[in-house]
Formats: sequence, structure tokens, C-alpha cells
Amino acid sequence: MRTWTLRAWRVGLLSGLALAAAPAHAFIAYVSNEKSNTVSVIDTDSWTVTKTIKVGQRPRGIDFTRDGKFVMVAVGDDDTIQMIDAKTQTVVDSLPSGPDPELFAQDAAGKVLYVANENDNTVTVIDLEKRARLGDIQVGVEPEGMTISPDGKTLINTSETTNMAHFIDTSSRQIVASVLVDARPRFAEFKHDASELWVSSEIGGTVSIIDPAKHEVTGKINFEIPGLRKEAIQPVGIGMTRDDKTAFIALGPANRVAVVDVATRKVTKYLLVGQRVWHMAFTPDEKFLLTTNGVSNDVSVIDVAAQKVIKTIQVGELPWGITIAP
Amino acid sequence: MIRWLVGLIGLGFAATSALAADPVMIGVGYLGVAGTRSTLSLVEQPAENDGVAGARLAIEDNNTTGKFLHQRFALEERRIKEGEDAVQAATDLAARNGFIIADLPADALLKVADALRERGTLLFNAGAIDERLREADCRANVVHTAPTRAMLADALGQYLVWKQWKRWLLVVGSHDEDKLFADALRRTATRFGAKIVQERSFEDKGGARRTDSGVTLIQRQMPVFTQQAPAYDVLVAADESEVFGAYLPYRTWDPRPVAGSAGLVPRSWDAAQDQWGAIQMQNRFVKLNARRMTALDMQVWTAVRMIGEATSRTNSGDVKKVTDFIKGPDFSVAAFKGTKLTLRDWNLQLRQPILLVDGRMVVSVSPQEGFLHQVSELDTLGYDRPESKCKLK
Repeated sequence: MRTWTLRAWRVGLLSGLALAAAPAHAFIAYVSNEKSNTVSVIDTDSWTVTKTIKVGQRPRGIDFTRDGKFVMVAVGDDDTIQMIDAKTQTVVDSLPSGPDPELFAQDAAGKVLYVANENDNTVTVIDLEKRARLGDIQVGVEPEGMTISPDGKTLINTSETTNMAHFIDTSSRQIVASVLVDARPRFAEFKHDASELWVSSEIGGTVSIIDPAKHEVTGKINFEIPGLRKEAIQPVGIGMTRDDKTAFIALGPANRVAVVDVATRKVTKYLLVGQRVWHMAFTPDEKFLLTTNGVSNDVSVIDVAAQKVIKTIQVGELPWGITIAP
Repeated sequence: MIRWLVGLIGLGFAATSALAADPVMIGVGYLGVAGTRSTLSLVEQPAENDGVAGARLAIEDNNTTGKFLHQRFALEERRIKEGEDAVQAATDLAARNGFIIADLPADALLKVADALRERGTLLFNAGAIDERLREADCRANVVHTAPTRAMLADALGQYLVWKQWKRWLLVVGSHDEDKLFADALRRTATRFGAKIVQERSFEDKGGARRTDSGVTLIQRQMPVFTQQAPAYDVLVAADESEVFGAYLPYRTWDPRPVAGSAGLVPRSWDAAQDQWGAIQMQNRFVKLNARRMTALDMQVWTAVRMIGEATSRTNSGDVKKVTDFIKGPDFSVAAFKGTKLTLRDWNLQLRQPILLVDGRMVVSVSPQEGFLHQVSELDTLGYDRPESKCKLK
């Protein structure tokens, strides 16, 4: 198994080089389908599904390794994270994630992976190269959202029933601060300049903006959509453009993505997408933003500059997470 | 030597800082009645710790959160036996606990509420579904996490109407609570445009719920009991006392579905509920209590979580402060039902979606699509503000 894995790494390395040489117009997106137990592969040139990969049970959190060779997908009901070889598009290995992994974050070097384990109130730390478990960090009830500060020093974990964003020192692996936010915090995202941390609260219906130095909530974004009851507005996924000017926030069963002017923290537009929009990913050139729509079983493509939905792609059942090859 | 000294200083420091950060203690009392009721289905026989098991889990959940805020929750359990005085037990609990979760019959609950009024203890009614506790007999020191009969009946009625099963054959048991549930179902039918084509009553003539040749007899009785009914779509049974309801499915004279107290049942919670992150909660519950979670467990869990939610939002263990926050406009709690739960400020009833379950699966969740409301769709379930007779005092 070990030799085989090593070989897979090497093959991956070669293919990565070949890919880098090719013109980079088309990107490849991977979508986890929570109900189908599959991952849909989308070609962003033709906007079609080119392959459907069978994975473990209940795939949710999904992300590329930093080198672009593997797609990691958390298969919660199998208590592991599977590694999909991006070249062969098949599952080649799995990581010792701890029970019921949902979302995870990796350090800038791509060496350490932090996994939220919903079932036992811990964050598991994994050495990505050795694919071995390094330790656990005790956090609040039902850990979910995970992100790392741009300087790599702070790991953020949100706990859904404790309603907090935990600030964890990545070197000591100790919680240094816990900030209370609104009910059921689902996702955390730093501004690229590290000046603000945004945390979405699904049941609270808000996004809290936290000063990461002072560990204080400095503002909240509220959403109001005419003709829609307030309970239907459930913010989950957050995407921010690299210039930190525009944020996109998925509003769940409101079937809309809010466009937010980051400087003024004001919603400027609501884009109608598919039903129960959950997570999102930009293409590396930031021309397009893809969202997963769980109830309508599709992915919406947003033209970022025009702030318009231009396409809908059918995928598997209950699409949940999405990642795009770097 | 130096290392040893540093170690000593370090130890001393750790001890003082621990002392300085002595956690705020929050006492939660649980007051229930000893013994369990008997059900027709052996698998639905409630556990001896039905209800309080939810409190134990919520205390653990609150303590996980509390360790980040220097708050510690402790549970004190008390079960009264037949003939024991609920007021005395409650007063004793209130001496050490600012919050009491009660699973008591309506009359006992009211006595306890009135006895504790001056003391400032906040009571949570987690068990009694009686309408009058939220209407004419409502109390300002009682928060209700249990749904009401009208909420349960409306939740079922909305689904039956959505399904176009609008002609109901209503079968009512002979006990008081059966009749109250039948009242709620009649009100639902009127509100949502269903028609009760006929009512039949099922007399409880006593007898055992367990017999060795029970099925043979029941299989003869039930078809006969339901024959010659006018045309109907669904049989709705009002049998809270568990005398006949569970005998009806598959045994009606006409091939019709059964709902109400058997068949499709409205409940605040069910062990089969796995949506909106509930699976984590179900797993935690099974791990702690070695059995599945019931509606009563959930109603108690929610009450204890409401206390934890309010103590973390106010960063306080002060009973008055926490109580004011719970009753205030900014309070809400997440309870794995897809939407935040809030209190109806006119009678302190928790708004909540109601599950419709068949014993194995969650069939649907009410309110149903299309039942609209100007304030909250959850207020399409049960008595609404304009019709309420409650004056909180």
C-alpha cells in the first residue's frame, strides 16, 4: 500500500508539471454530492460534468491539496477523509481523520490538515505527508467551520451548538480566545489582508465580522429579501475576492447569494441561484464563482464581474461542497 | 535547582489563576413524577429516565460551552412518588436552583408555579401539552417547551389537507385527555377546511395491554368497530391514553390510513429525525444514555439549552438577568429543526416546527408550504396572539 501510494505521489508530480505547461483556460471543479455518495467533476470550459467518482458515505467538505495533485473529501459516515488522485480521478487513499469529519483546513505549506469532527467536539490534526494523526484539540459542541489566518498562526474553528468561533494557536494547539457569534456558526473566512474574520450563522441569519487581533465582533451583516420570510435566510458559505472588495454569501433556503461590498459591509445585490445554496468556489482567475445548490441538485455559475448567474449544471443528489483545481 | 524553582512558581501561578477564574455555578433542577405510563406498543414503552436523560445531555452540552466562559452547570434530579407533594419538592429544589424543568400534570404544575412566584425561580414546562396552561391558566414564571395539543393537531391537519385527505373519521377515546385532543382536532378541521364525516367513541372498558392471544381478538374487533362509516379519506384517532389507537392501522374495515395517536403521529421530536444536523445530537444522546431520544427528552433538552444559551449571551448566571433575556425580544435557540425557535411573548410558548412520524421515519415537518402568517409561519400552529386568552402575571 505504502509503495503504491508513493508511486501515486510521483505520478501526480509529473502530471502536475504537464498540466502547468498547458494553457490554463479550462479549470476542473469537484463537487461533493452528500446524498449520492459521489463527487461530480465539472469542466469549466464546456460547463459539463465529465466524470462522476464514487466515494465513501456522506461526502461533504472537499478541497485540493496545495500541490493540486489530490482532492481530499470528508466522508463523514465512513469516519475518514478520502484522497482522490486528480489525474486518474479515482480514490487512492484515506486519512485518519477521527469520527464524522465534515470540514477541514490546511496550512499554507500543505503539510498539516485540521479536521472538524462533529461527533466528539474535537479538531483532529493530521500530518498530510505521513498521513498520520498528530493530535486532537478539544473545542465546543459540534465543530464545523475551519479556516487558517493568512499568516498561518491562527486556526479558526466554529462550533455549531456552542455558537463560538475558537481562535487556536497553530504552534501550541491551544485555544487562545473564543468569540460568541449568532446561532449555528457554519463557515469562517478571513479577508486576504487578515484584518477581518467573517463568520456565518445559519440559524442566527447573520454574518459576524470579527477583529482577529482584539477577538471582538465589530459588526454584523443582516439580510432582508422582500417577500421572503426571515427564517428562510440561512447564511452558510462565504467567498471573498482576492482584492478584498467583494464578498459573496450563500443564503441556504433563501436560494440566493448575497453580494456584499466589503468596505461598507452593505449588501448590494441578491443573485437568484438554485435551491438551498450551501458552499462556493472561485475559478483561479476569479472570473467565475460556482455554488452548490443542495435541493435542486445543481451548481450555479456566477459571472463575478457582471454579478450575474450565467449557467446551471446538474450534478448528483444534494451537492454540498466544491473545490477547483489551482 | 533553578528549573525546580521555576516549576514551583509556575505551579503557584496556575493555582491562583484557577482560583481567580472560579466558574459561575448555574443550578438546574428537574422535577418529574416517578413511574412510567403503559403503552400498547412494547417498543414505545418509555424508559425510566424518559425526559431527564435529555437534561443530562444538555447539561453536558452547556458545560462544553461553559468552559470557555467560566460557567458550570449542575443538574439536581427529583422524582415525586404518588401522594408526594410537588410544591414541597419544588420549594426544596428552588433553594439551590434558579431554574427548574418540570414534567408534571397541569394542576401540579400550576401549584408549583404559584408557590415559586415570589422566589423568582423560572419554571420550564417540558411535559404538559394542555392548552389551558398557555391560555386562561398561563403564568409569567412558566416557559413552555412542550408543544400544545392544538399545535400538534394543526401540524397534522396541515399535512392531511395538503395531501388532500380532507374527509376525516374521528375516533375518540373515553378519557379526558383523549377528549381534549379531539377538541383540538375539531378546531384544526374547521381552521384548515377539513370535514369530520363522523365521530365514534371507543370506550375504555379496562383490561390488560398485554395478553398472550391479543392479536386474534383485536383483528376481529377493529374491522367491526370501523365498518359502515360514511366515505372518508383518513381515520384520525384521539387516544392519548393508549387504549386502542395503535390497534387501528391495517385493521380498518375500509382500506384507509390512520393518523393522530397512531399511524402518522405529530411529535416535537423523534429518534428518526436526522435533518439539519440532528444526527450529531442523536449520536450524542445514544452515546450518553444507551437508548434513543424521545420527544420528552428533546423538550427537556431544549429547556436546559435555553438556559445555557441565555447564560452565554448575557455572560451571567444571575437568574433575573437570564430570565429577562429569555423572555426578551432577542432570544432564540437552535434545536435541530431547521429554523430558530423563539418564544411567543404573549404566553411564553416556544414556537417550533412539529414532526410527523410513523415510528420509523420522519414523513413530513409542519408548518406545511402555503400556510402563511404575517409574523411567523410557526404561528400557524396552535392558538395565535389575537385569539389568546392569556394575561401573563
